[in-house]
Amino acid sequence: MQQVINVFLIGISIGSIYALMSLALVLVWRSTRVVNFAQAGQAIVTTYVAWEVVNRSGSFLMAFILAVAIGGLIGGLVESGMMRTLFKHASDGPVAAVAPVIATLGLLGVIRALVGLIWTNEGKRFESPVSTAGFVIGDTTLPFSRLNLLIICTAAIVMIVFSILFQRTNLGLALRAAAYNPEIARLSGVKVSMTRTIGWVFAGAAGAVAGILVSSNDTLNPYSLDVLFVFGFVAAVVGGLESLVGAVVGGLVLGVGLSFITFYLGTSLVFPTAFIVLVIVLLVRPSGIFGVKGARSA
Amino acid sequence: MTLKVERLVVEHGAIRAIDGISFEVAEGSLAAVIGSNGAGKTTLLRTLSGLKDAKLGKVSWMGRDITGMKPEDLVRRGLAHVSEGKSVIPELTVKENLALGGLWRNNKTELAQSIEEVVEIFPRLGERMSQRADTLSGGERQMLAIGRAHVSKPSLLLLDEPSLGLAPLVVEQIFQTIAMLCRDRGITVLLVEQNALGALAIADKGIIINLGKVVAQGDAKELIDDPALRSAYLGY
Repeated sequence: MQQVINVFLIGISIGSIYALMSLALVLVWRSTRVVNFAQAGQAIVTTYVAWEVVNRSGSFLMAFILAVAIGGLIGGLVESGMMRTLFKHASDGPVAAVAPVIATLGLLGVIRALVGLIWTNEGKRFESPVSTAGFVIGDTTLPFSRLNLLIICTAAIVMIVFSILFQRTNLGLALRAAAYNPEIARLSGVKVSMTRTIGWVFAGAAGAVAGILVSSNDTLNPYSLDVLFVFGFVAAVVGGLESLVGAVVGGLVLGVGLSFITFYLGTSLVFPTAFIVLVIVLLVRPSGIFGVKGARSA
Repeated sequence: MTLKVERLVVEHGAIRAIDGISFEVAEGSLAAVIGSNGAGKTTLLRTLSGLKDAKLGKVSWMGRDITGMKPEDLVRRGLAHVSEGKSVIPELTVKENLALGGLWRNNKTELAQSIEEVVEIFPRLGERMSQRADTLSGGERQMLAIGRAHVSKPSLLLLDEPSLGLAPLVVEQIFQTIAMLCRDRGITVLLVEQNALGALAIADKGIIINLGKVVAQGDAKELIDDPALRSAYLGY
C-alpha cells in the first residue's frame, strides 16, 4: 500500500510538469489554433539561461524568475514577430493549415542549432535546488523527495495563478472570449490580436517553468526537452486541447499512469504507452476527456 | 449626427454582395433594412461594424469617416453589432457575456450599473446570471446578445435578424424592446430583418434591398402600404 502511494506521488510530481507543458500548448492552441512545436525549443533556451544563472550566481530563485520572464518574452516575440506575419500572408487555401506548423518546426530547428552553438551539444548537469534524497519516515526512506515536493508546489502555484487570472480578472474574460469566439469578442471591444500575443506570453512562461522543473537533477542538452514536449502534447490531447483544466488533468493522469508503468512494468514501456494512450484517445474520444463534441468548428 | 452610407460596394471574392448602396439614418431613429436571403443584409452590417472590408464607398457616423475601422475600435466610438444567430458565447455564463460588452470601459461601477439596466429590460436574464449561456432558450439568448450590446453603451445599434428562429410571442417582445431602446434611450438603430411586417411596424424608415442594391427606401408606414413593393419584396 505504501508503495502504491509512493508511486502515485512520484506520478503526481512528474505529471504536474507534463501539465505545465500541456498548459503551454493549450494556451497557444486556444489563442491561435496552432500546435507550437517550437515550445520545446523556447523552453530549452530558458532552461539553459536558468542553468547559466544558477552557475554564476548560485541563486535558483533568481534563475527561475529570469527564465520565466524570458520565456514569456520569447513567446510574445514568436507570436508578434513570426506567427502574425505568417497568418497575414498565408491565411487562405491549403497552405494556411500547414504553414504555421511547419514554421514552428523550423523555429525549433533554428533554436536548437543556436543553443548548440552557444552552449555546445555536450550535456550540462543541472543541479537540483533542494535535496533529492527521499523523505524518511521512521526507519523507511521514501522515493518521494524534497525536489518532488518543490515540483508539485511550484506547479500548483502556477496553476492557481492561472486559474485566478482566467476566471476572476477582466483580462482572463477577454482571453477566454477571444478563444471561444474571436468575432463576438472583437464586436465587444476585445483587441483579439493582443489577446493572441498574451496567450503566447503565458504559454512561454508556463513552458519555462516546466523546462526548469523537469531538468532539475538531470542533464541538459539541446534535445533534452523533446520527451517533455511529447508527453505534454499527449496530455493536452487527452484533455481536449481546448480546456485549461483538461490540460492539467491530462498531465496528472498521464504522469500517474506512466509512473505506475515505470514501477511495475519497466521504463521501456513508458514511451510506447504514451503513444498508445494518444491513439486510443483519438480513436475513442477525439475531443478529449474535457472537450465538448462539436463545440466549435473553427 | 447621422449614419451615412455612400455608394458602398462590398465583394465576396468575385461576387458583388453589396453593389453601390447609399442611405442615411437620422440620429435617434430606427431604420429597418428589409430583404430576402442573399440580398446582402448581413454583409451590409458586417461591413458597417468593421468585420468586412468595403471595396468602394464610404461610411460615416456622427460626421466621422469610419470606413475600414476595426470592430474593436468602433465599439469605443459607440457602435454595437449584434451579429446573426444569437451572438452569445455559449461557454461563458450570462453574467460573463454581459460583462464582455463593458470590458473596454474598465469601470466596475459603470459595468454593474449597465448590467442592472439590462436586468430591468430583460428580467429573465437576472434569474440566470450564473448559468452558462448554452442553457438558455433561443429567445433568452437573443435577449442576452442585445443585453451585451447594451452594456457597451452604444449610440448606434446594428441588429442582424433578431427574430430569426424565435416563437411569435418572443419576436413581439424582442421588437418591442428594440423600439423601446430607440424611443426611450435615444439609441439609433439599424435593424436588418426578413420579417418585413414586424420590422417596418416599429421602424421610422425602411430600406428595401435586393441583390445588393437598394430598390426602395422611405417612410416605413408608406412602404408597408405600397402594393407593388408588397408583392415584389415584402412577401405578404
